[in-house]
Amino acid sequence: MKFSDDKLKQVDELVAHYPEGKQKSALIPLLHFVQKENGGWLSTEAMDYAAELLAITPIEVYEVATFYSMFNLQPVGKTIFEVCQTGPCMLNGSDGIVAYIYEKLGIRPGETTADGLFTLKTAECLGACGYAPMMQIGPSYREKLTKEKVDALIEEGRKKLN
Amino acid sequence: MGRKLLLEKAHVEGIRHYDVYRREGGYRSVEKALKTMSPDQVTEEVKKSGLRGRGGAGFPAGMKWSFLAKPEGVPRYLVVNADESEPGTFKDRYLMEFIPHLLIEGMICASYALGSNRSYIYIRGEYWWVKEILEQAIQEARNAGMLGKNILGSGFDCDIFVHPGAGAYICGEETALLESLEGKRGNPRLKPPFPAVKGLWGCPTVVNNVETISAVVPIVNDGGDEYAKLGTGKSTGTKLISACGNINKPGVYEIEMNISVEEFIYSDEYCGGIANGKRLKACIPGGSSVPILPANLLLKTAKGDARMMTYESLSDGGFATGTMMGSGGFIVMDEDQCVVKHTYTLARFYRHESCGQCSPCREGTGWMEKILLNIENGKGKMSDIDLLWDIQRKIEGNTICPLGDAAAWPVAAAIRHFRDEFEWHVTNPSDALSRNYGLANYAKPLEVVTTA
Ligand SMILES: Cc1cc2nc3c(=O)[nH]c(=O)nc-3n(C[C@H](O)[C@H](O)[C@H](O)COP(=O)(O)O)c2cc1C
Ligand code: SF4
Repeated sequence: MKFSDDKLKQVDELVAHYPEGKQKSALIPLLHFVQKENGGWLSTEAMDYAAELLAITPIEVYEVATFYSMFNLQPVGKTIFEVCQTGPCMLNGSDGIVAYIYEKLGIRPGETTADGLFTLKTAECLGACGYAPMMQIGPSYREKLTKEKVDALIEEGRKKLN
Repeated sequence: MGRKLLLEKAHVEGIRHYDVYRREGGYRSVEKALKTMSPDQVTEEVKKSGLRGRGGAGFPAGMKWSFLAKPEGVPRYLVVNADESEPGTFKDRYLMEFIPHLLIEGMICASYALGSNRSYIYIRGEYWWVKEILEQAIQEARNAGMLGKNILGSGFDCDIFVHPGAGAYICGEETALLESLEGKRGNPRLKPPFPAVKGLWGCPTVVNNVETISAVVPIVNDGGDEYAKLGTGKSTGTKLISACGNINKPGVYEIEMNISVEEFIYSDEYCGGIANGKRLKACIPGGSSVPILPANLLLKTAKGDARMMTYESLSDGGFATGTMMGSGGFIVMDEDQCVVKHTYTLARFYRHESCGQCSPCREGTGWMEKILLNIENGKGKMSDIDLLWDIQRKIEGNTICPLGDAAAWPVAAAIRHFRDEFEWHVTNPSDALSRNYGLANYAKPLEVVTTA
């Protein structure tokens, strides 16, 4: 992995948010960036590169990457459905959404479709309790889900490929 | 209608943008504070206002500010806690999404009072689009000279940066948040030292919730005494409540702290009553960590007074018959819901979010989750209920940070008030799989869904 000059400039901008010598603070923002550039997950190579960029040791990066749920340490499908399943979403039928996705795509939480298009995950409270049931797809939230909305999201995911 | 101090302008067209926000009277507090007040005078107004931390613990904000150590030549920091991950809570998101400049304005005043030249917003990584809204607003404020060097010619320099998390409830705990902001795992620190003495990068730091800092704007504008006139007793001002669960109108409401819980649930101005014409069974009024109450104790205290939406009234009766204001995450359950199942989802949440440093929390949350799942699935024993009670007691008070307590309390309260429902699951294992206990054993049959 090697960033272009343009990307390196973006890295510098992230680092500039913190005082001199505190560049390690940029690690989480940097890992978000590296993950995006690396097809949605953090390979060992990608994490080592992040360490190099911040002049810290690789272990400091692994420690962090393994702690936070938004970092994927394995390749993921092109579209990740992360369905919130905590109390308030459960009260409003999140189990039914997970079941419906299984019915449509044959994947259970933690699984990816054979064509690599969709990954299903369950998530803990995403701060959308009033708009339940909901799921996160990449950087956006899809709220007040119904079967029809799930159908549309699956269609959207399929189109993304072409 | 109660007065609105925070959300009054939230739906003015274009309010996300500096020009509109300014035209609507925004940034007046910055002018007032920086041009006419000393930093200590700002802190004094916040003290007078009686403003209490809106992140969950309710600690008086002005007092926290006055504890900030001020050693010569050492930078001080203001960090805003926008991690918002407590189940049931989605109010900070609303504020930042609709009226981002209010938070920025409050941060400038607070930074001035505290002497922070570099302030941070730590926002949960999942709120990525909100981060972008904030960053745009900050850029606009910079362009307008409200941030940067020598703001409004006052000689005060301040800049604000947004720092994303990456999915970890524990990073809402202030010392875990600081660790995370330093680029580390979110492991809470042992206290003391408190952040006011040794916080971000070892420097004196104040961590406050988004709503707390936003409330500084009306306090500076109108004075602390005016603010304190709203509300009741030590619950001054307004509070954002994020209401969810089985109600007709889920959403974020700004309430003056002088209305009753009953009014909040049933009036059309707020939750609009229980959805689908059902009856109220139970409610967790302050985010998942606070005790659940059955309908009778929710609406009236044990003494028989109407329960009000204030810090004092919600906690009236202690944990035996009361609960807490917490973060204002108001979760309502109707007559068909299962307390065991709901408690199980919360136990799973806390097990997932435990950072793992303390064995009572790391092991105890896992045990509670397993036992609750067994009971929910009709595989529990009577002795499991006592075992659950025992485990939660052994977690509470024996851990580095309050996540342990936060995991223990919901389980304790569920058993305290709904023991019959737990026992019913044990004595009617086959029923437990096909229907819920409901209010008292008459819930509609469950639609059985198969999930992994
Ligand atoms: C496990 C845990 C999670 C927390 N999450 C949050 C949070 O998401 N947002 C927040 O403002 N405070 C949260 N808090 C409270 C903070 O530790 C801290 O008390 C608060 O940010 C102080 O701000 P305030 O006084 O303005 O409320 C959490 C506390 C604990 C123990
Ligand atoms: S109580 Fe739990 S979350 Fe808090 S420090 Fe201990 S193990 Fe970590």
